[in-house]
Amino acid sequence: MIRAITIGLIILFASMVFQSAYAGPPEDRRAFIAYFESRFPAIPFAEYANGIYAIDQDARDQWLEIEEFPPYEFAVEQGASLWQERFPDGKSYSDCFKNSKNGVRQNYPEFDTRTGEVVTLAKAINLCRNKHGQNTLEFGGEKILALSAFIAFESRGEPFNINVPNDDVRALAAYEEGKRFYYTKRGQLNLSCADCHVVSVGQYVRADHLSASLGHPTHFPVYRSKFGSMLSLHQRFAGCVRDVRAKPFELQSTEYRALEYFLTYMSNGLEVNGPGARK
Amino acid sequence: MTNTIKVKTKLSGDVAQIKSLLLHPMETGSRKDPDSGAIIPAHHITQLIFTNNGKQVMVANFSTAVSKNPYFGFSFKGAKAGDTLNVSWVDNIGEKGELETSLK
Repeated sequence: MIRAITIGLIILFASMVFQSAYAGPPEDRRAFIAYFESRFPAIPFAEYANGIYAIDQDARDQWLEIEEFPPYEFAVEQGASLWQERFPDGKSYSDCFKNSKNGVRQNYPEFDTRTGEVVTLAKAINLCRNKHGQNTLEFGGEKILALSAFIAFESRGEPFNINVPNDDVRALAAYEEGKRFYYTKRGQLNLSCADCHVVSVGQYVRADHLSASLGHPTHFPVYRSKFGSMLSLHQRFAGCVRDVRAKPFELQSTEYRALEYFLTYMSNGLEVNGPGARK
Repeated sequence: MTNTIKVKTKLSGDVAQIKSLLLHPMETGSRKDPDSGAIIPAHHITQLIFTNNGKQVMVANFSTAVSKNPYFGFSFKGAKAGDTLNVSWVDNIGEKGELETSLK
């Protein structure tokens, strides 16, 4: 009898392992959203695009005050004039980004099936520049942030639509790498992204509340009042990795691009609302 | 070149509520360049003036203790729609910024 139960349990566990091992990105995403829905039943799905302001009413009030006079407007203006600049060959950024009228932010990061790499928006900007004989802009620098801010602003309201092509094993590998990064504990504090932004959402970290991972990438780049300047998603990644006392990776490294790929895929369906304003 | 000043105005009765945002590095002069160790020279706004139809309604003397890209808000009485609001700043190295708008 006991033996029969044991065998039954083993089969049960085996089938669970089998299932989880073969769960693809859509299943991951459904489970991710379901977790937050059961955790915060009162918060509608679209609200997650506002990050911590979906959860923390006090911070939300302050943020709404700030949004009356958005501090990122200077960056958007600067980005707009950079966007209109013509390269020496007569082309401009709009020639690189197809359908830029409907916004492009919602399609990035994108998997390039030719090179087998995850292309983020910042990377796409530089690829465009290189294609037209221009130098590479420094990642996290003022110009690329201004351009990203303008592109995000123009794409506002468009739902994220990240695609993990299932006919390319490299795309799935990149997604899996990002997912592994997300759930891997790191640093002296031995924390993973998920420890704070899934398990402990809403709890205090020093004087602030932890935001939900769902909707994390939608509002980047952000104006950080703390620095008095714009900040990219990868700079935020680096900040988090430093906060858990690990050594940050380079901006736009394979690791961070994979993480952005995974994280943005999780936020599919939420609207672009960048650039944002954050403390 | 983008303008260094942004202003939003709101009239309720004869009270005008003014909100402004200035684009300025506001260097204190005590910060060091992290790479070279050289001191970054002071560069901050010294005076910010608001005039309504030529009459001063607010003068602010700024020093090093004001943040980068400062936000400045206040309200004043005796305003009416169509008044000309002029905002100007000058900094310690003589750079200037100016914006003119009408109240509405």
